[in-house]
Amino acid sequence: MFQALKRLYHKLGSPKYFYEMTGKMLPWLIAATVLLLVPGLIYGLAFAPPERYQGDSYRIIYIHVPAASIAMGGYIMMAVAGVVVLVWRMKMAEMVARCLAPIGASFTFICLVTGSIWGKPTWGTWWVWDARLTSMLVLLFLYIGVMALNSAINNAQSAARATAVLSIVGAVNLPIIKYSVNWWNTLHQPASIKMTSSAIDPEMLFTLLSCIGGFYCLFAVLLINSTRCEVLQREQRSNWVKKTVGAV
Amino acid sequence: MANQLEPAMWSGMLAIIKRDIVIAFRQRGDMVNPLFFFIMVIALFPLGMGPEPGTLQKIAPGVIWIAALLSTLLSVDSLFRQDFDDGALELTLMSPQPLFVLAFGKVLAHWLVTALPLICVAPVLGVMMFMDVNTIKVTLYSLLLGTPVLSMISAIGAALTVGLHKGGVLVAVIALPLYIPVLIFGTSAVEAAAMGHPFAGQLAYLAAFLILAFTFAPFAIATGLRISVNG
Repeated sequence: MFQALKRLYHKLGSPKYFYEMTGKMLPWLIAATVLLLVPGLIYGLAFAPPERYQGDSYRIIYIHVPAASIAMGGYIMMAVAGVVVLVWRMKMAEMVARCLAPIGASFTFICLVTGSIWGKPTWGTWWVWDARLTSMLVLLFLYIGVMALNSAINNAQSAARATAVLSIVGAVNLPIIKYSVNWWNTLHQPASIKMTSSAIDPEMLFTLLSCIGGFYCLFAVLLINSTRCEVLQREQRSNWVKKTVGAV
Repeated sequence: MANQLEPAMWSGMLAIIKRDIVIAFRQRGDMVNPLFFFIMVIALFPLGMGPEPGTLQKIAPGVIWIAALLSTLLSVDSLFRQDFDDGALELTLMSPQPLFVLAFGKVLAHWLVTALPLICVAPVLGVMMFMDVNTIKVTLYSLLLGTPVLSMISAIGAALTVGLHKGGVLVAVIALPLYIPVLIFGTSAVEAAAMGHPFAGQLAYLAAFLILAFTFAPFAIATGLRISVNG
C-alpha cells in the first residue's frame, strides 16, 4: 500500500503523467461535484428545516462554511506544496502551488462576502471586527501577498521558490495570527461541528456535509483544470505537449 | 575543526554588524529618515483628528505602534539592496560562515541603526500625545520587544524581493499581514497600562514572538537571499 502510494507520488511528479492521469480523472470529479453540490444546495437552500432562532437566513451556511474550510485548507496545501518545492524541487509542486493561490483567494473572498451577508440579519451589521472575520481577512491578505510575489518575479522557478518560502512563513504565522486575533476580540460563535458530537440537526448536518464534499470536489476540479493549463504552458517546448495540442 | 569554526561564526556576525553600523554612520540619511518619518506621521494625527487631549490619549498606543511599523517597513528596503547592487551580498553568500548567522547580524545591525533611535524618541512623542509616565514606560518596553520582530519579518520580505527592482510596495504587501500579532499585543500592552490593568502578559507574548522570530526568521531570510541571488 505504502509502496504503491509512493510510486504514485513519484509518477505524479512528471508533468506528462499528471496531465494524462488528471485528464482521465476530471470527468469523474465533475460528476461528483454535480452529484454532491446540486442536490445539497437545492435541498439546503429550499427544503431543509429553518433554523429555530435565525429562520431562513441561516441557509447561507451551506455556502459559507464550505468556502471557509477550503480557504484555510487551500493555504495549508499551498504551504505543503511549498515544502515539496524547496526540499525536492518538484516541478509539479511549483505549478500546483502557483495555481492554488488565486483559487484559495477566491474562496476566501466568497467566505467573507457570504459571512457579511449573513451578518446583516443576524448581528445587524455588514461587518464586525470579530476574531474570525478578521483572521479570514488576514488570510485573504496573505493570499494576496503570495500572488503579488509570484507575479513579480519573471523566472518561473525562482518565483515558485520565493513563493514557497513566503507561504511556509505565512503558514507558520497563521496559528499565531488566529490566536492573537481571537484573544483580541471574540464574538463569533464557536465551531458547531466537532468530530465526536454535533450541535446541529442531522438533516441539516447531512446537507451541510454534502455541500462541503461538493465544494471540495469543485475546488479539485478548478485546481486540476488550471494546473493542466499551467503544465501545457510550461512544457510547451516538449514533444508530448506539441502532440497533445496538435502542433506537430 | 569544529572548535575553530565556532568563533569564526561569531566574529563573522560581529564583523557584519560593525560594518553595517559604520556604513550607516557614513550615510546618515538612511539612518535619520525613518526616524523623521516616525515623528512626522505621529505629528499628523493631532492635526488630522483635532488636538483634544482625551482623543489623543485614547489613540496614542495605536498611533505610535502603527508609525513604528510603517517606518520599519520603509527602512527595510535598504537592508539588502545596496549589498545586492555592489556585489557584497554574493560575497556574503559565499563566505564560510552559515548564511543565517550573517543574515541575523545584518538584521540586528539594521535594527540598531533604524529602530533604536525611534524607540529613543518615543517618550517625547508619548508626552506630546498626553500619555502618562507609566504608559510611556510600557510603550518603551513593548517597542523594545516588538520592533526586532518587525525587523525580522520585514527582512524576510526584503530578502525575497531584493532581486527585483521594484521592492517597496511589494515588501509592504508581503509583510504587513505578518505584523498583525505584534501590533495586537504591542498596542494592547500599552492600552492595558494606560487603564491601570496588568500588562505583563502581553509583554510576555511579545517576548515569545521575539524568541520565535530570532530562532526561525534567519533561516527564511537566508533561503530568500539564496533564491534572490541565484535566480
